[in-house]
Amino acid sequence: MASIHLKNLGHRYPAAGAESDNPYALNPLNQVWEDGGAYALLGPSGCGKTTLLNIISGLLRPSEGRVLFDGEDVTDLSTERRNIAQVFQFPVVYDTLTVAENLAFPLRNRGIDNTTIQTRVADTLAMLGLEARANERARSLNADDKQKISLGRGLVRTDVRAILFDEPLTVIDPHLKWQLRTELKKIHERYGHTMIYVTHDQTEALTFADKVVVMNAGSILQVGTPKELFDRPRHTFVGTFIGSPGMNVLSCTFDGTAAIVDGVRIVLNEATLAAAQAQGLASTSATLEVGIRPESLRVIVADASTVDDTHCVNVEVLGVEDLGRHSLVRLRLGEQLLCALHPEGAAIPEAAALRLDPACTLLYADALLVEANDVPLLP
Amino acid sequence: MKVQNNKAWLMVLPMLLLVAISAIIPLMTVVNYSVQDTFGNNEFFWVGTEWFQEILASERFHNALQRTLLFSALILAIEIPLGIAIALAMPRRGISVSFCLVLMALPLLIPWNVVGTIWQVFGRVDIGLLGHGLASLGIDYNYTQNTLDAWVTLIVMDVWHWTSLVVLLCYSGLVSIPEVYYQAARIDGASRWAIFRFIQLPKIKRVLLIAVLLRFMDSFMIYTEPFVVTGGGPGNSTTFLSIDLVQMAVGQFDLGPAAAMSLIYFLIILLLSWVFYTVMTSLDNDAAAEQGRH
Repeated sequence: MASIHLKNLGHRYPAAGAESDNPYALNPLNQVWEDGGAYALLGPSGCGKTTLLNIISGLLRPSEGRVLFDGEDVTDLSTERRNIAQVFQFPVVYDTLTVAENLAFPLRNRGIDNTTIQTRVADTLAMLGLEARANERARSLNADDKQKISLGRGLVRTDVRAILFDEPLTVIDPHLKWQLRTELKKIHERYGHTMIYVTHDQTEALTFADKVVVMNAGSILQVGTPKELFDRPRHTFVGTFIGSPGMNVLSCTFDGTAAIVDGVRIVLNEATLAAAQAQGLASTSATLEVGIRPESLRVIVADASTVDDTHCVNVEVLGVEDLGRHSLVRLRLGEQLLCALHPEGAAIPEAAALRLDPACTLLYADALLVEANDVPLLP
Repeated sequence: MKVQNNKAWLMVLPMLLLVAISAIIPLMTVVNYSVQDTFGNNEFFWVGTEWFQEILASERFHNALQRTLLFSALILAIEIPLGIAIALAMPRRGISVSFCLVLMALPLLIPWNVVGTIWQVFGRVDIGLLGHGLASLGIDYNYTQNTLDAWVTLIVMDVWHWTSLVVLLCYSGLVSIPEVYYQAARIDGASRWAIFRFIQLPKIKRVLLIAVLLRFMDSFMIYTEPFVVTGGGPGNSTTFLSIDLVQMAVGQFDLGPAAAMSLIYFLIILLLSWVFYTVMTSLDNDAAAEQGRH
């Protein structure tokens, strides 16, 4: 097991020529993956997640920067010498070998003696619950058992420094996904491997990982616990990508005391206000946006009291969708669309207003969160 | 179940007619000749299995059969490993791919008798590039007089002509292996041999079976090239079953024995192809049976 340190790491594919605006598949970045951590690498398809993963495992050599394992530079080491396990999107098994032989394969290639191989294979079979099928040909198994074998070929090597997963549950039946993910978590708790799990599914990322790394367009936008990503997305992309539905992002201006969305004043909390004033956002050319989670909005009846309340704004109701336990209310504020979650069964008023919680109202300048550097994260 | 009417037979009729005209009727003609003898004037006598017994007991048939079997065995032993090796060495991407594919396809486009003629001239000691070249190097080479030279010429010619087929089939199997298998093999620290043995060979097994069957059947039935190059000689040393058969049927006009020999020839090819197929798919069947149990 090892900590993984990426130093000024960037990658461009040789084919991507000068004609594209950004030649990088992966923009230069610095990132530390702590020893024994369970990380999820989350982002939309084509954002560079797999490129980053393949650079860590050594399948791809980065065009610039270094990869360090426990401080040792492994950039020029082969995949085999790095001692990494990787599980791919589609299960890879050696068809003609049995389940047990598949698990023994990486050990045999490393010239380990037979008795050790037998004990380790037996242990791994028990861990994966595949003892009964040890002597069957691997090709006769179904997709999730095959994927377990792919994982097992990593686990059987007790000295692997990290296990990397590249969307490993893509071809698994939905009802088995949950089960396999739970098993992965158990294995992580028991053996403490450093694990990096690539996915574009936020549920998978948030349930698997202690820390989630959100990527978009070749850059890491934020690293944090699931709660941090949800409560304080540092980038509007993180806000809209995480959560279902994602964060409402409304373009606005700043008059020195509050955010103005199409002439409507949105009250900001003190910390955000102080940071916005300190950064001089009242007279900036940066694009300003407010971000509000649909979960923090409450739809109420608009009446005389809401007109005077600075925390309430009048909105127009466009439609309601039933999401099961909640209703999704589509609203218009000024000229901009947003949505709010409303308890199932509660009536939606004709003349509606929104009650905003300033603590949950975030301000973004050029897509980045406006915050004082020393502001502690919200509990 | 009660039969309502027999109209369904009409649907099968065109197919039956086609098969009858293309296969069954010609085959039955041969069967008809094989059990009769004639002295001309369209008078035929029933002889039963006499021709078959005669053919099976004749030394001439045994020798031709042995030569043909040896030829096919040598062809398979050379072309299959060589074809796999070339396919493995071929590039997977870039412009050189199309270049290699065209180069490989070229020999396959040349008609059999042209191939025979090319090598017949190529190997001649007086004017051929190969024959004359070898002679000027002091090597005693003459395919019209030396049995070994005749065999070497025929085998090199067939390898030159048909290895491409094995290459193209194997190449198509190799390029269809997803990149992720090679990545997993690198993670598992597999050697080049282990990658071939446990990833590439299992994945190309099906196309390889087709390659083996095609090359076996073609080489076992080879006629045109040896006919053009050596004419079955020197002596009878390259008289394969096909050449022998034509000599018997056309040269000597022995219709009865030739018909009997045709049928035996046909059954041998059928039998051996079945053996190849069964042996090479037996692993698949094991796995399928295993899967069937669950």
